[in-house]
Amino acid sequence: MDIKPARKYRGNKLSASAEFAIHLIVGAFAIACIVPFIFIIVIAFSSAESLRTIGYSFFPAEVTITSFRAAFDMGDTLVRSFFVSVFVTVVGTFLSLLITILYSYGLYRKDYKLRHFFAFFVFFTMVFGGGLVPTVIVIRNLLNLGNSFGALIVPSLFLPFHVIIMRTFFVTSVPTSLIESAHIDGSGEFRTLFSIVIPLAKPGIATVGLLTAIGFWNDWQLALLFIRDRRLFPLQYLLMEMQQNTEFLRRNLTMIGSASGINLADLPGEGLRMALAVIIVLPIACAYPFFQRFIISGLTVGAIKE
Amino acid sequence: MTKFITKHKKTFAITLMMLPGAIWLLVLRYIPMGGLVIAFQDYRPFPQNPTFLNNILNSRFVGFDNFRFIFATDRAWNMIRNTLAYNAVFIVLTTILSIALAVCLSEIGSKFLAKTYQTLMFFPFFISWVVASYFVFAFLDPTFGVLSHMRNWYLDPAGWPVILTISHLWKSLGFSCIIYLAAITGIDQGLYEAAAIDGASKWRQVWAITIPSIKPMIIMLFIMAVGRIFNADFGLFWNIPMNMGPLQNVTEVFDTYVFRVMQAPIAGAIGMATAAGFFQNIIGFVCILGANFIVRRVDRENAMF
Repeated sequence: MDIKPARKYRGNKLSASAEFAIHLIVGAFAIACIVPFIFIIVIAFSSAESLRTIGYSFFPAEVTITSFRAAFDMGDTLVRSFFVSVFVTVVGTFLSLLITILYSYGLYRKDYKLRHFFAFFVFFTMVFGGGLVPTVIVIRNLLNLGNSFGALIVPSLFLPFHVIIMRTFFVTSVPTSLIESAHIDGSGEFRTLFSIVIPLAKPGIATVGLLTAIGFWNDWQLALLFIRDRRLFPLQYLLMEMQQNTEFLRRNLTMIGSASGINLADLPGEGLRMALAVIIVLPIACAYPFFQRFIISGLTVGAIKE
Repeated sequence: MTKFITKHKKTFAITLMMLPGAIWLLVLRYIPMGGLVIAFQDYRPFPQNPTFLNNILNSRFVGFDNFRFIFATDRAWNMIRNTLAYNAVFIVLTTILSIALAVCLSEIGSKFLAKTYQTLMFFPFFISWVVASYFVFAFLDPTFGVLSHMRNWYLDPAGWPVILTISHLWKSLGFSCIIYLAAITGIDQGLYEAAAIDGASKWRQVWAITIPSIKPMIIMLFIMAVGRIFNADFGLFWNIPMNMGPLQNVTEVFDTYVFRVMQAPIAGAIGMATAAGFFQNIIGFVCILGANFIVRRVDRENAMF
């Protein structure tokens, strides 16, 4: 049996070459995650001439803002869709948070007698459901929400996953003794929730609120299912429609083209759509560095600890 | 009644809080479950007064005809094959790659760089599939795309399994990596120090400490994913291929199939789409129960219910 001399302990560090390899692999993937976004920004700033000659390229022959001017010249269509998206996001997030907080609070209260029933009531929907068609029929024919703001908000107001995160936040950040002493001091259930529990669970509410807001902002599926009226298209669906139906855009620009002084012939159709995609992602991309920490910490607390 | 309310004041108040959510669940989740009877009907809107109940009560029951009709077509078997194959590949690759990335991230000495990588990797999670389809389009556009010289991507089904897999990994790896990273960060650092003093290499530490420590989580997430193997990501399969007909053979999955059948302008389409969705839900339900049963056997603590 050969006994190797114990390696001198030099701290638990990686060798320089291994560390370099790791940076190469992880760094490459990390960059790949944002390169497409940077790419469409570059395309949106490329001139029509540049697209015609060298196609999409990270190094366009000529840089212009024509595409963005064209996007803003769409005027009403863009502004209205922007308004629809903002309205749906703000109202939807507020209502969704309210419903989720109220429901999760009941599940968090160990002394609430119907807790087990309501827990089953919500979590069973995670494993079984009516599926797409009956849900669509209920929304269209029973609630009569077709072609309305309601159809863009109501169907995604309540998500079991968010209930799980919220309840976990209550459990980890609000001690039961606090609730008890509030009751001894004569605080009613609603007052306990709004003036004691909610202030303590702010990080959890922020996490769920951000996830909900992004869900509403990014939604296109509800519009695909329920909205036929162009005036109610959210931005995401407008973008999707344009991609699958470029003619729509040409029609709009024929109408306003002369007024805006843009010549239809040298209009970068692809450039315009890329510009719109950039405009839609921009709010998220700008806010992202600030809110991502919140969501990461929220998700890791909410998803892991139980 | 008033006496009853005073006696159960607490229960009453909290039940009041549960109501908005409970009503939402009842209307948007439980009533549709009842709507599954449509799967056994030749569903048609009732001409005189097409309300929800009238439509269902006045549609003819046809037994299992809808199911028979669906499974007589090659298209149905094709989309089931696609759903299972894509999900199998997604599950295996996501598990392996996100663990690998999480382990790498945890080994990076510079906290600043580790955070930066993590931030960049998580970004696609917040991008909608509509915008992601523009990203893909920038590479595959038949006239201007970077890869347009290779073939006309949107007419040629070859290559789409790879494109869709890359798109899926691009969007989801950051998220699952963060979950694993959180678990790895929770491992007692003393274990690594002790192992290093005993002469264990980093590579050995990963296999002897990291992987065993996060094994319950790996098994959990893996089995939960297997339980959802009949569910496909509608956004991915609908938007990235841009709804192109020639690609349908390799891009059609359960969820897009149900949607397309529902929209089809043929008699009985609604009944058939419901039947397909019903089949998907039943089999998904069985898969989840089965997965949970296995988790219970392997590791009781991690079972979901």
